[in-house]
Amino acid sequence: MHAVVKLEDFRKTYYAGEVEVPAVRGVSLEIRQGEFVAIMGASGSGKSTMMNTIGCLDRPTHGRYFLDGVDVGELERDELADLRNEKIGFVFQGFNLLSRTSALENVELPMLYARRGVRGREQLERAMQALDLVGLSDRADHHPNQLSGGQQQRVAIARALVNQPKLLLADEPTGNLDSRTSIEIMGVFQNLNDQAMTIVMVTHELDIARYAKRNVIMRDGRIVNDLPVTERLAAGHELQRLEREQKDVQLVS
Amino acid sequence: MIILATFKIALRALRRNTLRTLLTMLGIIIGVGAVIAVVSIGSGAKAQVEAQIASMGQNVIMILSGNVSRGGFRMGFGTAGTLTREDFEAIRKELPDISGISPEVWASAQIAVGNQNTSTSVRGVGVDYLDIRSWRLTSGANFTEADVRNGSKVALIGKTTADLLFGDEDPVGKIIRIKNAPFTIVGLLAAKGMSGPGYDQDDIIFVPYTSAMTRLVGPGQTTFRSLTAQAATAKLVPTVQNEITNLLRQRHRIGPEREDDFLVRTQQEISEMATATSKIMTWLLGSVAAVSLLVGGIGIMNIMLVSVTERTREIGIRMAVGARGRDILLQFLTEAVVLSVLGGCLGIFIGVLSSRVLPRVLSSLGVVTLVSPTSIVVAFLFSAVIGIFFGFYPARKASQLDPIESLRYE
Repeated sequence: MHAVVKLEDFRKTYYAGEVEVPAVRGVSLEIRQGEFVAIMGASGSGKSTMMNTIGCLDRPTHGRYFLDGVDVGELERDELADLRNEKIGFVFQGFNLLSRTSALENVELPMLYARRGVRGREQLERAMQALDLVGLSDRADHHPNQLSGGQQQRVAIARALVNQPKLLLADEPTGNLDSRTSIEIMGVFQNLNDQAMTIVMVTHELDIARYAKRNVIMRDGRIVNDLPVTERLAAGHELQRLEREQKDVQLVS
Repeated sequence: MIILATFKIALRALRRNTLRTLLTMLGIIIGVGAVIAVVSIGSGAKAQVEAQIASMGQNVIMILSGNVSRGGFRMGFGTAGTLTREDFEAIRKELPDISGISPEVWASAQIAVGNQNTSTSVRGVGVDYLDIRSWRLTSGANFTEADVRNGSKVALIGKTTADLLFGDEDPVGKIIRIKNAPFTIVGLLAAKGMSGPGYDQDDIIFVPYTSAMTRLVGPGQTTFRSLTAQAATAKLVPTVQNEITNLLRQRHRIGPEREDDFLVRTQQEISEMATATSKIMTWLLGSVAAVSLLVGGIGIMNIMLVSVTERTREIGIRMAVGARGRDILLQFLTEAVVLSVLGGCLGIFIGVLSSRVLPRVLSSLGVVTLVSPTSIVVAFLFSAVIGIFFGFYPARKASQLDPIESLRYE
């Protein structure tokens, strides 16, 4: 299987006036199709910079990055936008849905910018399919402020999936969610991963990282640890456990 | 991105803040409305003058007698009485390019029929006059060359005067007394209507100029204040103008260095002079209105800049899911153009409405308005251009935002 993400001696340096601030100091990483990788690290470890680069929002200052075989370092601003549109689905910590816009229209958004152009009818069908996949087809006409946090994040996932990307990129996807909803979202991710979707997730929560298959730990702009997850958590099982515990303390009936 | 979708997004964004949208549009609405109203008043005045000139007849050339300077004051043209009957005959005989020429002798007189009487203007003219000035007869016939030669007491009567004196009866054959002299009416003129506020062209009586000079104007007046000639074709007008000038200079023995003691004006020149003033007024008021359009445009730019800042995060999201810079540019540009064109349309509506209402409100001033389709099209296009011009900078600013920073923007 070929690599979806391939970083070769990737470095990123920011300039604050005259001062050089190295954010990532040489990372080589390969993520193959069907992997579920959690990138972990404290703030300032360079994981956000990694995320932005893998997401084609930024280019490396040194080294090379191949996304699905395409050399990203060579591309112009517009070509990066096209690449994001075709190959990447973003899920953010703050959901980043357009307010006062229905769930359906939020999901349709990436298709508006598709280079090939998607017909209105196909747009609707694909958006409904994506919403169905995250179990929200009955909330299609709800606006974000009428949805719970977990539901909003599902809409965001549906939006990320609607252009059938090569890579699902999640930046602290459970950061704004309670523990139960976090597990539910991880369940959605595990389901997608079982259907061969490649997922890269940035998180600082250890227990959330255990739902992935592989953990990459970063510190000071370098990878310090890259291991497969040994005791992987299954969302379905964890949800049952949580429910039992909550019943025990009569949090729910 | 599909144009339709862009429009939908723009409309939604504008609907989100209705009050702000309306206030922003107000500048354009007032500007466009003012331009259309002002231009309609200008073209109304121009059309009125043109109608007046057109009712003079076609290819008409006016010959006015020179003016008298008295104690440093120049009196109006025609006061010197330099046009003689011999001048008239000479032009008539010697210039083949004119199709007609007639003197105009102006007088105002008391007219009486039985116990009815009225005061109206009486004009002494030649036989060609009716053709030159495009007057038609509804009954009877024009007076003849013989009537002119003999100074016959015959008259042609205008519709208004005839109605006043005779009601529905046919006035042809009836006798009227002009300054106590009995004149036989030989023809009834077809109505021409008003030419300008309060001036009725049909309140008139024409008599042979010979009769007018002997009976109506003071004795001893042997010269004409003006002659009216008609060139055979429109192309010949400048030629005829020159021919008349040359002939009259020769007849009046005016040396090469000296000024004419008469004035030859074509209809074209008269209408240009008459419309020049209203043109200047239109331009002046129009440019004041255009300034308000400019201010409206700046208002749009201001609001669009605020909007771009407010929606930085939205821009970031759109860029993250694959919007190119051009897509963002187009989106904000569309919004600005929709804003200005919507304002333009409302402005057109208000401008047309006020050009309907103004003549009624200002009826005492005799304001006439004419909304020209051109002014509507120009106003519409202008408002679109303002949207593009003032929307471009904010839209470009939006399109150049950095997606990472925009996504982090609170």
